[in-house]
Amino acid sequence: MKVAMKVAILGATKGMGRALARRFAERGDSLFLMGRDGDDLERSARDLEVRGAKAPGMVQHAACDLERPEGFGAALDAAQAALGGLDAVVVTAGLFATQEALESDAELARRVLTVDFANTVVFCEEARKRLLARGGGTLCVFSSVAGERGRKPVVLYGAAKAGLSQYLEGLDHKFRAQGLKTICVKPGFVRTSMTEGLKVPPFAGEPDAVAARVLAAVDRGTPVVYAPGIWALVMFAIRMLPRFVMRKIGF
Amino acid sequence: MPEPILSGWGHAPLVAAREVRSEDLPAAARGMPLTRGLGRSYGDSSLPAPRDHAVAGATLADRILAFDPETGLLRAEAGLSLSEIYRLFLPRNWFVPVTPGTQFVTLGGMVAADVHGGNHHRDGCFGAHVTRLRMQVADGRVLECSRELEPELFRATLGGMGLTGHILEVEFRMARISSPWLWGEAEQVRGIGPFYDALGRAAADWPFTKGWIDCVSRGKNLGRGIMYRARWATPAEAPPRLPKHKKGFSIPFFLPSWVLNRASARLYNGFRYRTNRPKPRIVHPDEFFYPLDGMRHWNRLFGRPGFTQWQCVVPHANGLRTITRALELVNKRGFASPVCVIKDCGPEGEGLLSFPKLGISIAIDVPVRSWTRPLIDDLNELILAEGGRIYLAKDAFSRPEHFQKMEPRLAEWQAIRRRWDPQGRFRSAQSVRLLGDQP
Repeated sequence: MKVAMKVAILGATKGMGRALARRFAERGDSLFLMGRDGDDLERSARDLEVRGAKAPGMVQHAACDLERPEGFGAALDAAQAALGGLDAVVVTAGLFATQEALESDAELARRVLTVDFANTVVFCEEARKRLLARGGGTLCVFSSVAGERGRKPVVLYGAAKAGLSQYLEGLDHKFRAQGLKTICVKPGFVRTSMTEGLKVPPFAGEPDAVAARVLAAVDRGTPVVYAPGIWALVMFAIRMLPRFVMRKIGF
Repeated sequence: MPEPILSGWGHAPLVAAREVRSEDLPAAARGMPLTRGLGRSYGDSSLPAPRDHAVAGATLADRILAFDPETGLLRAEAGLSLSEIYRLFLPRNWFVPVTPGTQFVTLGGMVAADVHGGNHHRDGCFGAHVTRLRMQVADGRVLECSRELEPELFRATLGGMGLTGHILEVEFRMARISSPWLWGEAEQVRGIGPFYDALGRAAADWPFTKGWIDCVSRGKNLGRGIMYRARWATPAEAPPRLPKHKKGFSIPFFLPSWVLNRASARLYNGFRYRTNRPKPRIVHPDEFFYPLDGMRHWNRLFGRPGFTQWQCVVPHANGLRTITRALELVNKRGFASPVCVIKDCGPEGEGLLSFPKLGISIAIDVPVRSWTRPLIDDLNELILAEGGRIYLAKDAFSRPEHFQKMEPRLAEWQAIRRRWDPQGRFRSAQSVRLLGDQP
């Protein structure tokens, strides 16, 4: 029987974060939620409490916005205080916009690049320091298959996610020996509110199936997780394509 | 990008429309004519009217907001599915007070259709156990309604097919159960007459009763079938383990429509009738409540043209005679699939458009063919003369004049609806077809 973990999640109110938080709660892990909207966090906290009958107690939360790096440290400190320790920090939050929207709106592009790369990295640095101070732990961050290769539909979003994936790999190499396991999750197309209204490609996944895979990766310390698993193959094929082919195709 | 296609469980009708989902249901629902749940109503209940091109989708709004293990009071967002409630609460010895024949429905849908189940003779509809609703009404306000707060809106919403406003949150009382297993028995019944009597007899002793009828056989076999009776097992009877959630298998594609015909239905029905296990035994809740859920996408068995269900309730006075004639009619004009259920209903509940009332109910799945519409016309005329009515959540083919004559409560319901929605913002393909809403 595994010992229950103390997990702080940024982005647990929606999509894959919601599904993952529920899996943690249902198996008895203790949770602390971070996010932008206090009321929304409160509702998710109640949901997780009812589901987490194995770990009775309040699920607490704190405000944390990836657009406001000045609050990162305080939110993580609040998590540590509420949980009485910290074993894992999970980041599922991020900003998404289609390539067309980003091309036509420079301010939106700046925000997406800042949130998905710079600020997520800054947040991870804060989390890293705290986890290392406790002798290690798990840092599980949602990047994307969009960061695997420069592609027409995700030029800007993919660039931010590529930077993030690269950072997470470096972090894992540098600190794994000190007990900090870094897990980079690369979801393919998953049917969530983030992708609502987009054309659903083949191999689309459901948030709960992704959550199950990520949970297993957290337990095993798997450094890179594609979810659904078929995307590992899809992205391998895409990485192998020569440039002149990538230039021709629209994917 | 081509318009996506929406349909109910019966795949008929199909409409070009989008479902807009969000975790933030009040935001997704704003300005929408209707909210849709898991789309398990058979016909056009969850589809937008011809000139609307989108409905809100509730399924991402699925958080449990409160559960009191003392009283069993549960409050959740309307998109929470019954399958989640079942998965989370059965191991804790709690279950929904009323369940329909599938677990793939949302709480909002259960309220909108005011669903009933095998315990209707004892516990009424789901709505009878609902204590409070949070709704977004036509003028955009979000408010709570109950038997004390805005009682008219509450009554009109139970069974109101989502046409009184967007149901955002549902609070209801769960039922405490003695174990997560059922104790049940299944008895062969030789014809429709004996069936009628068997249901009546079992009602006194068993909380859950229902019958499967072979609607394809004729003559003396007409309406033969299997009568199921069950109650929650006592802790002493129940196996120590929890019922395992079986994943089942999936029908991967639409079968050609000729696969389901009179002969194949008869073959299957004969097999099912003869292989019944009559011995009383411990029964998995899936097997009793959700026998069809084990086969995902079973609606594909009916082929591309789709199917519909005709479910009626007829008062006891002429109940037996009427349903016998209904079965004969189905056999004469077309044929029924093996999915046929008979159930006695208890008294009418408080929901102003709720389907059940005291009498006998049959539900018959029929494929969509050239004879389907005229058959349903004839069936509706038959029960209309006997004071019967149909279940909106199953319907796609009834005529407005038939439905309006079946439903003496319609005027009262419409009056309340007009007070809350004077501009007629809420509507569905079904309400345009049956209730005279502006298309």
